This record gives sequence, C-alpha cells and structure tokens, in this order.
Amino acid sequence: MKKSYKIEVDCANCANKMEEAAKKTAGVKDCVVNFMALKMNVEFEDGADVKSVMKDVLKNCKKVEDDCEIFI
Amino acid sequence: MSKKQKKVLLRIIISALLMIILHIAYGMLGEEKTGADGTVTPALIKEPVWFLLYMIPYLIIGYDILKKAVKGILNRQVFDENFLMAIATLGAIAIALVNKNGDYTEAIAVMLFYQTGELFQSYAVGKSRRNISDLMDIRPDSANIESDGELISVDPDEVEAGSIIVVRPGEKIPIDGIVTGGRSTLNTSALTGESLPREVTEGDEVLSGCINMTSLLHIKTTREFGESTASKILDMVENSSSKKSRSENFISRFARVYTPAVCIGALALAILPPLFLLITGSSPSWGSWIYRALTFLVISCPCALVISIPLSFFAGIGGASHSGILIKGSNYLEAVSKTAIVAMDKTGTMTKGVFEVEGIHNSPIDSEELLEYAAHAECYSSHPIARSIIKAYTDGMIWKSDVVTGEAFPVPDTAKGPDDVKAIDRDRVKGVEEIGGNGIIAKVDDHDIAIGNSKLMAHVNVNFEECEHCHHSGTVVHVAIDGKYSGHIVISDVIKPTAKEAVMRMHSSGVKRTVILTGDSKQVADDVASSIGVREVRSELLPADKVSAVEELLSQKGEKEVLAFVGDGINDAPVLSRADIGIAMGALGSDAAIEAADIVLMDDDPLKISKTIRIARKCMRIVYENIYFAIGIKLICLLLGAVGIANMWLAIFADVGVMVIAVLNAIRALNVKKL
Repeated sequence: MKKSYKIEVDCANCANKMEEAAKKTAGVKDCVVNFMALKMNVEFEDGADVKSVMKDVLKNCKKVEDDCEIFI
Repeated sequence: MSKKQKKVLLRIIISALLMIILHIAYGMLGEEKTGADGTVTPALIKEPVWFLLYMIPYLIIGYDILKKAVKGILNRQVFDENFLMAIATLGAIAIALVNKNGDYTEAIAVMLFYQTGELFQSYAVGKSRRNISDLMDIRPDSANIESDGELISVDPDEVEAGSIIVVRPGEKIPIDGIVTGGRSTLNTSALTGESLPREVTEGDEVLSGCINMTSLLHIKTTREFGESTASKILDMVENSSSKKSRSENFISRFARVYTPAVCIGALALAILPPLFLLITGSSPSWGSWIYRALTFLVISCPCALVISIPLSFFAGIGGASHSGILIKGSNYLEAVSKTAIVAMDKTGTMTKGVFEVEGIHNSPIDSEELLEYAAHAECYSSHPIARSIIKAYTDGMIWKSDVVTGEAFPVPDTAKGPDDVKAIDRDRVKGVEEIGGNGIIAKVDDHDIAIGNSKLMAHVNVNFEECEHCHHSGTVVHVAIDGKYSGHIVISDVIKPTAKEAVMRMHSSGVKRTVILTGDSKQVADDVASSIGVREVRSELLPADKVSAVEELLSQKGEKEVLAFVGDGINDAPVLSRADIGIAMGALGSDAAIEAADIVLMDDDPLKISKTIRIARKCMRIVYENIYFAIGIKLICLLLGAVGIANMWLAIFADVGVMVIAVLNAIRALNVKKL
C-alpha cells in the first residue's frame, strides 16, 4: 500500500536523511521524499499498521533531523 | 518570507551589527598601543571581557545550531552539519582564546554566513516552488452547482460524476465533462501552452483546467474531480521529481560519502602532520593544523549539491509543463536529453490524422450505397480511417461521377436540411471481426462486407484491380461485398504544417536518425517522409511489427544513446513502452496514452518534440555545470585549506557562496520559452 504525506523540512540534505531514516523503519517497504514538493511517499509492507508505522517513521526522522515535521 | 525566515533575518542583522561594533571597539580599546615615544599604553578592556562580549553576537546567531548539535550527538548523528558547524566555530573561538589575539570575528562570521546561506536556500526554494506551482495554476478551488435556482459553491471533490455544474465566464472548468447548455470560448493555454482559443457548444467535451472566457456554460461532469485532467496533470508534475534521475542518485550517494570522508580528513589533518613534525623534531604547531582541520569541517556540508540538482530538474520539468510538455520524471528528462534516434508514427503525429474521403473509385454500385455499407461495417472501430468513412457517410455528401473516368468525388449537398441527417444504425451490423491491422469483416443487412487493405482482400480471396486513378498518394480502402470486389475508397491525410520544420529542428538538436514507422502503404509513407525530410521509412507494419522495428533500432544504437518513439498514443501503447522514451502526442484526455508514455505532449504540434529535447539538454547542462562547479570549488578549497592558504572565510564561501550560485543557476532551467 502506498500513501503520501505532506512534510516540512528546511534543507535538501535533511530531506535525504529523512528518506534514509524512513526506509529503515520496520513496516516500510520503500520511501521517497520529494523535497521540492515537500511530500513523502511511503510504501508500506503488506499487513503493516499504517498508523503505528508512521509514528515510528516520524520518531526516526526526528532523530536525524530535529526540525522536520510529517503531517500524518 | 515566512515568519521563521523573518526571525532568522533579524538575528543575522543584529548579530552582524554587534560583531562590527565589537570589532571596531576591539581595535580601539582592546589592543596595546605603542605611542610615538615608545611608551606602551595597556589595553583598556582586557580578556575575558572581550570573550564574553563576543559571545553575545555568536549566541544570537548560533544558539539554534548549538542546540541542534547537542540533540544530534544525543541521537548519534555525528556527521550532522549542525554538529560540524558547531565544532568548527567553537574550535575557532578556542584558538582565538588560546592565542589571545581576540580574533573571535571569524567564528561569528562563519556562523553568520552559514545562516545567511540557509536562509537564502529556504527562501529561493520556497520561491521557485511557488513559481512552478503558479505556472501550473490549473487546480480549481471550487465548483458551482445549481440548486433551487441558486448557485452554490462546493468543493470539487464532492461533485459526483454525472452532476451538472455551472462555469461562469472567467472561471476555470473544475471537472471534465460535456457541455449541456451554452456556448463559449475556452482558453486552453494552461493545458497546452498555446493560447489558441477554442469554441465549444452543446455536446462538446471539455477538459478541466481550461478557462471559460465569454459566457456561462452548463457542464455535465463525466468524471470525478480526482480523475479529471487537471488533477491528473498536477499529480504527475508533483510526483515527477519522485522518480529520481541517475544524477540525483549519484549526488545523494556522493553526499553520504563526502561528509564523513571530509570529517575523517579533518581529523587526520589535525593529528597526523603535527605528530609527524613532533617525531622529526620540529615544532608541531598544533594550533595552525587544528585551524586547517576546522576549515575542512566548514566545507564538509554537501548542501549546494544536494539542493541544486533536484531543483534544476524540478525547474526544468516545471518550465516544460508550462509549455504543454509533461515529463513524468527526472529520469525521463535525463534520458531524453541523449536522444539520438527518433522513431515516429506517421498518422496523427506528423500528419493531422484527420482523414477525409477524397474519392470512390472502380465501384460497380452506387457510390453512396458503397459508402453506406462501408460506414456500417466500420461503425464499431475508433481507427481514424474508419471515423472518416463514417463521417463522409453521415455528412451526406452527394457523390458526382466524373464523366470521363467514372471516378466519384464528393460535393456538399446544398439542398440538405438540418433534419436530413444520415445516421448509423448499429442494429443492421452483425458479426464484426477485426483482422488486426488489415481491416474489418462484418455482416451488414445480410451482405458480407470486407473492408480493408490489399492484404485483407487476399485474406478473403477477392481479386481486385490496381487502380489507374490513384495517382495521388492517399490511403486506399478496398471494399468487397459478398465476396465480390466493389471498388475502393481513397482517403487522404494532411501533413501538419510544422512537420518539416520539426524534423529539421530535431536534427539540429542532435538527433542523428529519424525514422517513420507506419502501418500505411509504402507509397504513402515514402511520400510523406520525403516531403518532411525524414530519410528512413518502415512501412506496412502491423502493431506487432512496430515493436520489432523499434527493437531492431534499439539494437543499432550506441550504448549511451537513447531511442525515443513519438506516437499519438491511440494504438501505440506497446511501442511507447518498449522504446527508451515514449512520447505521446496530442494525448489530452486520453488516459491510455498518459499511462503508457513517459512524456506527454499536450497539443499535437510536432515542434514540441525538438523543444522537449532542447529543454532536457539545457536542464542537463545546468545539472552538470552545478555538479562540476560545486564539487570543483569544494575540492580546490579543501586543497587550499590543507596547505594553509585558504582560511575559514574562503571555506564558508565554498559552502554558502557556491550554494547560492548553484541555486541561481538551477532556476535558469525554468526559463524555456525561447528554446
């Protein structure tokens, strides 16, 4: 399943880091962060609980870039 | 500017002013002065007062960086750029403190420049993001629905397919549909890039994103908002930068390696040379090596690259979409810039694809009767040739026979009244069978009708005479009724006025070969090819043959060359996906083509093919300029920093200045009007 989220982040490198962090989160199959459109497209693994996975994604993203926001 | 940006700007100004004042004050009060008579006046204000004073502007400008750096360490993000900036500036302050020279300005200036750079970056990116979305300003905010004689404005998402919406003059059509009342002129420029007005009246299909110019229209929606053209185009453009190009992937890989590598280099620079000097017995001069290492850290942020490359692609795609060229991803933009072979469909691509019945030859029966059977047999087909035969029948031309040749040609029926319309009666047609690419066999009023090319005639075992009247190159459609040859219909197509120039421009933008692939006869194909300047022709191809023709061309091209196929997308979907780059033309509203193609040309002007290539070339040139420029400057500064020529001021230029220049350069990709 794929979902798209609006994000807020200031620098392009931070967006790259968020992408990396989100990809490493359990339950996420793939993730693409589009800095220009300020969007995060997440592909979830089958049977993953989207809400709790996204909470983890946000937590992991906050770790690498404190100043980011994902509008879940 | 946003509130956040304004706050940063204010901090930059205050901190910069304080720094300058302190710098001047230090010159006057902080240094020992030797008078003309050799007496030494001690400094009025001494350390650590200066240190404390200088910390004020430093903290004003850098407190958030320091905070983030601490958080970064707690989260084990060692190569975080905030952390690096904090180390570099704190290091510089420490050196100034040890040397007692009061040179705190450097640390503050580095922080100032860094923050200025960040501010500029977020401002420029935000600005170009807005610019590009303004270009694509086709998203309608609301739809008007009539309820109890009053117009109410609703969210277009809530309008179901099949409802009637009202579009006032000056408003955007929010949802695709069919006009049910009113007649008006539409401005389609947001979709096609051309500001050619289009007249619409009852029964016409209209696409969302067009602007209604002259009068009120009632429209019955045929799709939901999310499925409408405007929404789809916006989705495509917004998601296009998610499909990353090779250059972008290279840059993000580079960024991942670059920062740690520079940091390790900095560490080595701080420790190894002094140790070596110590062993060889010279003075280790720790201070100067540590300073050089700190200079390294300032250059270690890859931001210039990481921001400018995707921004260039985004700007290129945005500029292209404004000219009516939709590119589905940065990877396609990158690929199309290397186009060496353009294979193109003839019908609908280089020719208008608007066929007209030009004459009926060799028919033993009445021309109108022949046309009637032909039109009914073709009534389920959407092929342009079939449509033209049906149109010729329903238009009800009078067919006059030439006395000498027996050739029939159409003359408008002036006596025809408005009610006198001939219509296709589908009940008369049974057992329609399409013989792929060759024609159709059907039963009309108990007559066996076979209609198609010479191969179909051979297939149904009907002998036919070569026609002596067909001296002009039109498409010839043979008709057999009950196994007996009953003449043929000549249909011709018009070459697009810009086709010749388009081919010329393709060659001048670096395309080496142009090839026409068509299902049409050799004579017609050769004729069209020579008149538009295409040298290679593959004619009489079935849809499957087109794929193998493309595969053959693919095997002939060089490794780094790209083959693009241009088609009108109606029956070219397999070829579009087989080619390296599939370009669908005039595909507005055709979902299948938008799905299959990598690049969609909104109108059907072949000049857009070369324009696409040129936009891509320009964009890629900018991308490479930025890559070489940014990496080059950084490497030079690293080198100069290592040998001690570059100080921290130069290093911060290598970081921020390069980024500013690269971003400005990237925005150039947006300007594609004159290509």
